[in-house]
Amino acid sequence: MKKALFIVVALMLTIGLAACGSNKENNGGNANSGTANTGNANAGGEALSGSILAAGSTALQPLVDQVSKKFMEDSKYSGITVQVQGGGSGTGLTQVQAGQAGIGNSDIFAEEKFTDADADKAKELVDHQVAVVAMAAVVNKSVTVDNLTKQQLVDIFTGKVTNWKEVGGEDEKITLINRPSSSGTRKTFEKFALGTASQDIAGSIQEDASGTVKKYVTDTPGAIGYLALSYLDDTVKTVKYEGVEPKEENIVSGAYPVWAYEHMYTKGEPDAVTKAFLDYMLSDDVQNSDVTELGYIPVGKMQVKRDAAGAITK
Amino acid sequence: MEQMEQPAAHDQSRIQPRTNHKLVKPHIMEEWVGKVFTTLCIIVLVVTIAAIVYFVSSHGLATFITDGVSLGGLLSGLKWDPEGEIPLYGALPFIFGSFSTSLLAAIIAAPLGCCAAVFMTQIMPGLGKRVLQPVIELLAGIPSVVFGFVGLSIVVPFLRSVFPGQGIGIAAGAIVLSFMILPTITTIATDALSNLQRGLKEGSFALGATRWQTIYRLVIPTTLPSLLTGVVLGMSRAFGEALAVQMVIGNAPHIPHSLFESASTLTSVITLDMGNTVTGSTHNNALWSLALILLAMTFVFVFIVRFLERRNNR
Repeated sequence: MKKALFIVVALMLTIGLAACGSNKENNGGNANSGTANTGNANAGGEALSGSILAAGSTALQPLVDQVSKKFMEDSKYSGITVQVQGGGSGTGLTQVQAGQAGIGNSDIFAEEKFTDADADKAKELVDHQVAVVAMAAVVNKSVTVDNLTKQQLVDIFTGKVTNWKEVGGEDEKITLINRPSSSGTRKTFEKFALGTASQDIAGSIQEDASGTVKKYVTDTPGAIGYLALSYLDDTVKTVKYEGVEPKEENIVSGAYPVWAYEHMYTKGEPDAVTKAFLDYMLSDDVQNSDVTELGYIPVGKMQVKRDAAGAITK
Repeated sequence: MEQMEQPAAHDQSRIQPRTNHKLVKPHIMEEWVGKVFTTLCIIVLVVTIAAIVYFVSSHGLATFITDGVSLGGLLSGLKWDPEGEIPLYGALPFIFGSFSTSLLAAIIAAPLGCCAAVFMTQIMPGLGKRVLQPVIELLAGIPSVVFGFVGLSIVVPFLRSVFPGQGIGIAAGAIVLSFMILPTITTIATDALSNLQRGLKEGSFALGATRWQTIYRLVIPTTLPSLLTGVVLGMSRAFGEALAVQMVIGNAPHIPHSLFESASTLTSVITLDMGNTVTGSTHNNALWSLALILLAMTFVFVFIVRFLERRNNR
């Protein structure tokens, strides 16, 4: 009995150790493969090979996941493996900065995350914008309001207005469903919909998973939250912003302002393998099928552009 | 170590009578392999624990040493706003949330677990051992996300319809946690009760005590330290549980006014924000400080368990 237990423990330890070891090798391999492959491609005509690790933003993860599968199935790139990990925008940016991941996925500009003492770190990163994601305020179906002005939203999200009747609805308490203060989605919503920081009001709910946010909005009477368009369906009610509906034509024209780029950052210019993947991501084929299919907007369609400070150019 | 060596010594005595020089050698070899392997495992274990403690404390202490946040301010501050104009790091609401949810969970689960154990060992051992015990042990195998989702779909709507408020909060968290720690408490209590010296109970019966008198006058007082060990271990599990609690507690960084108002725990704030912050930033370090508090609390729980065990052995 004791012997059997001992063997089981020993096996588990060995497997655990082996897993750790191979993981490290993978990471090392990622960092090295880049430089090695640049030479490979220059030799001409030869197929690329290597592996890429793309880590970060959970908002971008479904898209990268789907595209990477398609990419690896493509016979042209059979030598390349792409691994996709979540972990959040901060993790993505930290890992690509530290060289632990080849690509860092992020919902917000690196300049917004690396501030103060770390500001220099953002300059080493090269930004590749692969899609646009728009967010909309959503409310529980019991709420009769279907349009909110910027000021009304600010009042709601800073706790000035606590009942729907104050913004033209029925007498019902407002329950806020917010993202945590460090979330990229929340920053985008605060910056472009509210124009000011929202408050963590007592009694509000904070969740970071979009699925959970949606479940709370669906189930809680009088709830208001915000979700990326890719998560919207008819279990929740989408609210117009200043009378503008969050629809693709309004977003690309710039009439609806609550949107952000999805970034894939590389440290310095990407090597041949990573570039092949990023180019594939930006190819018309992917942009017009997978990107729109998953509820994002192709970055090429945008008629307006935006920089890290939020300034808009046509 | 002592236990590991016992079987070897046993083998030796079996082989010795037929001593023959060829047989000794593989045996020494076996002994040596066993020693080296166990020593290696111990070294790996010790190094891992030391590394974890070092890693968490180096990040967690950086908040106070390099970022200049005061320890007293972190432990007693009421406002948590790391992304604000003037960042504030008051973790008291999370400490309060963690303690209240795990204490409440223990208060709910301890009587349930101990009574189940009494039933299984003293009252109906046949049915208890065959049906009840496997069912309770099954609870231990359910992933915490499932508990969280059940809490979100059943406990929260139930509390919302019965009590004032949105249903989320410390009560919901404690109910979900109490089911998660039930197996720990029950299993340890069952072990303690079934290891009770036979003579004690028989003596009690011989004096004419009924079964129930024996149970509550003799069995429970004698095994109380072990029962408490189970409760403390369950509490420490509840203290460290993150996902399920995060889904039902609401996560607003405030000390709630009622059990049915949004609150936060140390673990839930760490899981919500960790991925969104950049390594090395003050916000990130502050989260590690919270992790350090969790680690320190784990030590405290271990000390309590040790203390109870010593009292039990006396």
